[in-house]
Amino acid sequence: MALLSFLDRERTIAHPGYNRWRIPTAALSIHLAIGQAYAFSVFNLPLSKQEGWKLSTIGWVFSIAIVFLGVSAALFGKWLERVGPRRAMFAAACCFAGGFLVGALGITVHSFPILLLGYGVLGGFGLGLGYISPVSTLIKWFPDRPGMATGMAIMGFGGGAMIASPLSVGLMNHYRTATSQGVAPTFVSLAVLYFIFMMFGVFTVRLPRDGWKPVGWTPPARPPKLVTTANVEVNEAMRTPQFWLLWWVLCLNVTAGIGVLGQASPMIQEIFFGGNRPLAAAGFVSLLSLANMTGRFGWASLSDVIGRKATYTTFFVLGMALYAFVPHTGQLHSVALFVIAFVIILSMYGGGFSTVPAYLKDLFGTMQVGAIHGRLLTAWSAAGIFGPMLVNYIREYQIDHGVAKADAYSVTMYLMACLLLVGLICNLLVRPVDPKHYYTGEIEPGGAPARQPLGGAMPGGVNA
Amino acid sequence: MPELMNAPADRATTGEAAKLWLSWLWVGIPGVWGVYHVVVDALKIFK
Repeated sequence: MALLSFLDRERTIAHPGYNRWRIPTAALSIHLAIGQAYAFSVFNLPLSKQEGWKLSTIGWVFSIAIVFLGVSAALFGKWLERVGPRRAMFAAACCFAGGFLVGALGITVHSFPILLLGYGVLGGFGLGLGYISPVSTLIKWFPDRPGMATGMAIMGFGGGAMIASPLSVGLMNHYRTATSQGVAPTFVSLAVLYFIFMMFGVFTVRLPRDGWKPVGWTPPARPPKLVTTANVEVNEAMRTPQFWLLWWVLCLNVTAGIGVLGQASPMIQEIFFGGNRPLAAAGFVSLLSLANMTGRFGWASLSDVIGRKATYTTFFVLGMALYAFVPHTGQLHSVALFVIAFVIILSMYGGGFSTVPAYLKDLFGTMQVGAIHGRLLTAWSAAGIFGPMLVNYIREYQIDHGVAKADAYSVTMYLMACLLLVGLICNLLVRPVDPKHYYTGEIEPGGAPARQPLGGAMPGGVNA
Repeated sequence: MPELMNAPADRATTGEAAKLWLSWLWVGIPGVWGVYHVVVDALKIFK
C-alpha cells in the first residue's frame, strides 16, 4: 500500500548526520507505553464493582496479555527483522491501542470474553511486537554500548506502570458517574494517548546505513572470548545449547523475582507490621518498582564493562546470598535490612531482563538478535506462570500444616536461592557458539538476511 | 555522554539539535512525572 510506504525498511535508513541518541527515545516511546501492562491491576477493583466480575476472573486479562506477549514475540521476531523496526512499531501501536478499544467495547456491552480478546489477545500482540521491535536497532546503533542501549529501552517497560497507574486513576476519577466507574471511557482515552505517544517512536526510529559506526569507535581487534563477530540465524540459534542455557538463565532469574514481587506487600506487613500497615506496604511495593526500573538500566550498562556472563554470575551469587539472608532480617527486627535486600534483589530481576539482549548479541551476532530475543521471551511467559504458583503453593502448604504466617516465607526464600543455584550453573556452562552454526549467506542493507526464493535453502544449510 | 550533549561539528545543525532535545522531552516529561508519583508513594514506607 503506497499510503503506508513510509513504513518500509528502505525508508528507515538514517540520513548522514542523524544523531543516534534519538533512537533510545523512539524505543522509550514504545516501551513506556506498553509498560502500562504492569499497571493493569488498577482496573481490577473498579471492574469488579461495576461489572460484578470476580477479581480472580479479571486477573486472567493480565495473564493472557503476558502469554500473548511471549507468543507474538516468538512468532513475529523473524518478520520484524525482515520488515524493519518502523513497520513493527506501527503494528505494535495499532494492536496495543486496538486492544484498549476492543476492551472498552467489551466493558460497554458487559462481555468479559470481548475484554479478554481485546486487551488480553490483541493488546498482548501489541506488547510482544513492541517489546522486541527496538532491540536489534538499538544494538546496531550502539555497538560500543549494547547493554546500556537496550537497558535504556527495557527500563522504559519497567517504568511504564509508573506513568500508567496515576494516569489511569486520574482518568477514572474524571469519568466516574453515579452508575459507572468510568473504566470504558478511560480505556478509549488511553488508546488515543498511547497511540499518539507510540507514533512518535514510529516516525523517529531509523536504521544505520551500511558500514556506519560511531564516530571515533573501532571494533576491538580481539573481542572478548564470548563475543562473536559472526551471525546466527534464529532457527539455527535454537539448535544451540547456548540458547537453551540462556533460556533457563532468564527463566530462573525471573521466576525468583516474580515469586517475591507478588508477595512483597503481605510479606513486609506480616513479618514487621503485624499485618496492619497497608500504606507502608504500598510504599514498599513502589520502592521495589523503582529498583526494578533503575536496575534495568544500571546492570545492563555495567555489563558493557564487566561482561554479560560476569553480570549474570553476580545476579545469581548475590541473589542466593540475599534470599538466604532475608529470613534473618525478621529475626533481627530490621526493616531497613529487609528493604535493602529486596531493593537489590528486584534491581537484579530487572537487570536480568535488560542484559539478555546484549548477551544474545554477544553469542549470536546482530543479524537476527531481535528474533532470537523474541523466542527467548517464552522463558518469561513460563516464569510468569510457575513463579507465583510455586510461591503460593509452598506458602499455603506450610500454613495448612500449622506454620505461622510470618515464618512461612523462610522456606520460599531458601527454595528461590536453590533455583538461583541452578541458574548459576546454566550461566557458567555458556561457551562461545560453535562456528558450524554461523550464517554464511548474504546480508541485505540494514542487516537482515537476504530473502530466498520459495523452496530455496539458505547458504550454509540453514532453512529460512 | 559528551556525544549526546555536543554533537560533532559536521552534524550539529540547529534543526538536528532541536529534534534531539524535543525527543528527550517527549519521553522525559511523562517519565519524570511517573517517577515523582512513585517516589511520593515510596516515602510512605517511613511514615
